[in-house]
Amino acid sequence: MVKEILEILQPGPMTTIQDRGRFGFRKFGVPVSGALDGFSSVIANRLTGARDDAPVLEMTLSGPKMAVLSDCVISVTGAQMPLKVNGIEKPLWATVSLARGDIVQFGVAVKGLRAYLAVGGGIWCPRAMGSSSTFAAAGLGGMNGRRLLGGDRLLSSEPTNGVRSRMLDRKFRPELCGELKLRSLPGPQDDFFNDGLETFFSAEYTVTGKTDRMGCRLDGSVVTFRDQSRLTIISEPSLPGCVQVPPDGQPIILLVEQTVGGYAKIATVISADLDLVAQARPGDRIRFTRVSHLQAVNALRERKSMLESIAFTNL
Amino acid sequence: MIFKSPKFRMVGDTGLLAQVGDGIDRETNLLVHNLVHAIELDPPAGFIEVIPAYNCLLINYDPIKSSINDWIEMVESHFYAPQSCIRNVPRLIEIPVCYGEDFGPDMEFVAELNGLSTDDVIRIHSSVDYFVYMLGFTPGFAYLGGMDHRLFAPRLETPRDRVFEGSVGIASAQTGIYPVSSPGGWRLIARTPIKLFTPDNELPFRYRAGDVIRFRPIDRIEFESISRSNG
Repeated sequence: MVKEILEILQPGPMTTIQDRGRFGFRKFGVPVSGALDGFSSVIANRLTGARDDAPVLEMTLSGPKMAVLSDCVISVTGAQMPLKVNGIEKPLWATVSLARGDIVQFGVAVKGLRAYLAVGGGIWCPRAMGSSSTFAAAGLGGMNGRRLLGGDRLLSSEPTNGVRSRMLDRKFRPELCGELKLRSLPGPQDDFFNDGLETFFSAEYTVTGKTDRMGCRLDGSVVTFRDQSRLTIISEPSLPGCVQVPPDGQPIILLVEQTVGGYAKIATVISADLDLVAQARPGDRIRFTRVSHLQAVNALRERKSMLESIAFTNL
Repeated sequence: MIFKSPKFRMVGDTGLLAQVGDGIDRETNLLVHNLVHAIELDPPAGFIEVIPAYNCLLINYDPIKSSINDWIEMVESHFYAPQSCIRNVPRLIEIPVCYGEDFGPDMEFVAELNGLSTDDVIRIHSSVDYFVYMLGFTPGFAYLGGMDHRLFAPRLETPRDRVFEGSVGIASAQTGIYPVSSPGGWRLIARTPIKLFTPDNELPFRYRAGDVIRFRPIDRIEFESISRSNG
């Protein structure tokens, strides 16, 4: 049975419903979307007893003010975004029980950019093209294909009973210190750059305010091209993590709302480090470090086995 | 032009870009779609998705379940034995469009720039069968090849904030269709009343890459009648 559990009173700057993403339609130009910080969204679901791939709320910079419509458990992970229930601060990365009539509120994230809210039983919303992820540009998924607005009511399938209150030990939480080291593989168009490649892998870049789910725009030393008459490519597909360099030489890390593009891609952030990019906020500093394909695959294996073996502390 | 052998590039740890030719031509692009079709027919372990473009395809794979060399071998085996690719037969899709006026606010510009009457533009634009090279930029945006060079028109210097769904535009020597409303910089000459994007259908767009599109000019009355029958 599906139940109304939370009502949005104020939506926050950018709050959407996301799951693991929409696969199989990129050949039609429909991007994957999905929770940008996969680790945090999986942990949020596990803390409430929901399935790993259940939809969650992705809250950017700050979260919504909500009224609790029925007793439930939630958890909030990801960015350090202060959570208050009836004015009392509650722990992040932990199971939090709510009673009907409670008011849930968020402060502005102190560290990181995106926090994830999961609900016991999983947030329920209809799927569009196989996924609940919101892709607002085409009105797909989530809450009527758009970000949350005041008055929206979140649903949950049968809220799980008897969820044990647990927390994730600090040592497993990502370190959000405002300085990111992103392991990357050169290419696919590293041959468009000569000195530029050197610059890219040695300079420090700053995250700009023009950052959304399509891409994280950086500012720093100009990446110069090898040949001024070859600044763009015939449009080709890209993946999340590809770092494209427009003719102005300022890199953009592509995220989850793009499928093809005509800018040269100097490097690609390894998939194990994409969760970190999700937390890059304006003003944070980024350095790219070059790794081999083997190192990248090993990092992905480590991330996977860490997620499989992660243990919670009972509260 | 199709290469003698495909060129491969790594895209991070989960992507392989296979380029089978350079430039933009129909023969190369057909090979891309045939390769995509062959991979999708029998996807091995670790397959996530394959995305075609003008002269290349990107395979997104799980590197824990498969190795990059498996994918290189797979593309090469189909490339060198094209008879093993079961042909992805192009379909001819007819799309009714109303040219000019508020449906094509840049019609006058395109006509004047090329020294044509608006009737000439309609006749030239609707007399060619277009090849769908690629979908992308926005969901289902169709990059069509084969436009008559007499209709050449540069992109807008400042893109419109909102282009209505169903709009048909021109950018340089290409023409394209916007199935969903989005910002856009192409010169708009027409609009179709038919719904091109139906997310609940197995084939969510009216056409796919590799198909052939023909525009059928309709008048405002027919436009409105088709719009109404769409609900």
